Amino acid sequence: MIRKSISKQASAGLPSPAEAWIDRYRHDGGLRRYVVYLAFALILATFSIILHDDGFLSSSNLLNIGRQAAPIAVMAVGMAFALAAGEIDLSVGSVVALSSLVAAEIVGNHGFLAGALAALGTSALVGIVNGFITVKVRIPSFLVTLGMLGIISGIARNWNDLQSLPIRNDRFSGIFGAGGLGPVSSLLIWIIVVGALGHIALHHLRWGRHVLSTGADRDAASAAGINTARVKISALVVSAIAAGFAGILLAGRLSIGRHDLGEDYLLTVIAAVVIGGTNLFGGRASVFGAVTGALIMAMLNNGLILMGLEVADQLIARGVIIILAVALSMREAKET
Amino acid sequence: MSSAPALAASGISKSFRAVHALDDVSIELHRGRVTALLGDNGAGKSTLVKCISGLYQPDAGRIFIEGAEHRISSSRHARELGIETVHQTLSVIDPLDVAENLFLNREHTRGGWLGARIGLLDKRRMRQECASTLARLDIRIPSLRRSVGSLSGGQRQAVAIGRAVAWGQQIVLLDEPAAALGVEQTQRVLDLIVNLRDQGVAVLLITHNMDRVLAVCDQAVVLYQGRKCAELDVADVTKDDLVSYITGARGTG
Repeated sequence: MIRKSISKQASAGLPSPAEAWIDRYRHDGGLRRYVVYLAFALILATFSIILHDDGFLSSSNLLNIGRQAAPIAVMAVGMAFALAAGEIDLSVGSVVALSSLVAAEIVGNHGFLAGALAALGTSALVGIVNGFITVKVRIPSFLVTLGMLGIISGIARNWNDLQSLPIRNDRFSGIFGAGGLGPVSSLLIWIIVVGALGHIALHHLRWGRHVLSTGADRDAASAAGINTARVKISALVVSAIAAGFAGILLAGRLSIGRHDLGEDYLLTVIAAVVIGGTNLFGGRASVFGAVTGALIMAMLNNGLILMGLEVADQLIARGVIIILAVALSMREAKET
Repeated sequence: MSSAPALAASGISKSFRAVHALDDVSIELHRGRVTALLGDNGAGKSTLVKCISGLYQPDAGRIFIEGAEHRISSSRHARELGIETVHQTLSVIDPLDVAENLFLNREHTRGGWLGARIGLLDKRRMRQECASTLARLDIRIPSLRRSVGSLSGGQRQAVAIGRAVAWGQQIVLLDEPAAALGVEQTQRVLDLIVNLRDQGVAVLLITHNMDRVLAVCDQAVVLYQGRKCAELDVADVTKDDLVSYITGARGTG
């Protein structure tokens, strides 16, 4: 009976997009794909009710959440590619700081564009080194990037003796964080731009498919002729460039470069990506999910502060959320 | 066979340290014929397939394709020469959908020169071609947009085999393609093999199942401890004959 209807469908040609969507929803992931968006709506609704009197829903507070989420969201998009390829990048936080310092150093004498490009170029270099050591020396990326985290943090601390470098360039600050288009903060626009670019790269470029293939089953990907070493390196480069861009956004918003920018972002970024439906062990990734995860993390942060939690309690709450998210991710990995 | 065989490997030897996995083995594959490669575990079947598919470099021996000698340096090179392998495990990418798997690393792009440079996928064209390829092979999949991980074992194997021949590959090596499948799904894979044969493909089938050999194979090559111990016309033998060669009870040397 079922077989008959299937063969009829096949002989009639391709099903309509709606039919294909319903089929995938029913047999291939279903609600799981949309859990992060439901969680977002649920948390938003909860805070809206219990923090109503604290101004959670005020436009200034929502804008604030968006601003705080921006660097996390950008890093999360990059990290989604590293994880999708079966690697992890623990050096992202330190790259944020390095990028902000490089930008601050260059912007003053050479203009905003040169500053941004130098910061991104430096970040890309870090990613290339991470990737090459991981792939060619065959050291797991969590060790390579952990070492790199130390190295880059040290360089950032030495850069200007722990002092911040001021950025006095209105165009740089305006484009990368302080300004905006009318009432819309440029940070929100960057979230959308980076999210869209990431989504296209993952779903509509050959490279994105190869990243997923490499992370899902490296042997099968190589057997299909994919250069998995190059794919892994490129994924770590993308992760580093995204972290560098987050550094530029922070430098733009605060008008400084400083050694400790992004220092405590790592866990938040990983939590955002994993909550968003990206598998911690490769082969499955969602860019929109990662961005939504970043918004959730920023919203939680904001809500916990408004609820009057101390920093210590916030850390605990965040840790619990990360463990829950990873547990969920591993359960799904076993299912498939 | 009057014309040159689609593939001829002669005198292939391969050792791993002190173990002679293959010792002076020769085999010929012909268009429109299914050749069984038989042997007990460790007889050297997989090693031979890996030598032909470019994963291993044989220590000695020569490989001819359509009469021309080639040194097959990698799996990519083998594919360029028209050889496709469906391994028992190395096959499909679970999170990708059916069309994406079929076109893995051979994707169509759109957007002209720039699109080709950045690799902008032409998903529509890939789905259409995928549908027609599967239809030609009589492979039925509920939806081309499902991730392969959500399909049954038989459907996944069918996708893997479909990929092997979607490109007009003329030599297909199948390593236990029905190992993990149920009865009905196995039958569908065997039908698919017959289908390939009728379309003029040279097929090499590794299997432990003698009924499958008798059902779809034209000739059989039996390996015993790394050496070829028999080369038979399947029409002339019984199941017991095959088993006695495989176990080494009988051998023509």
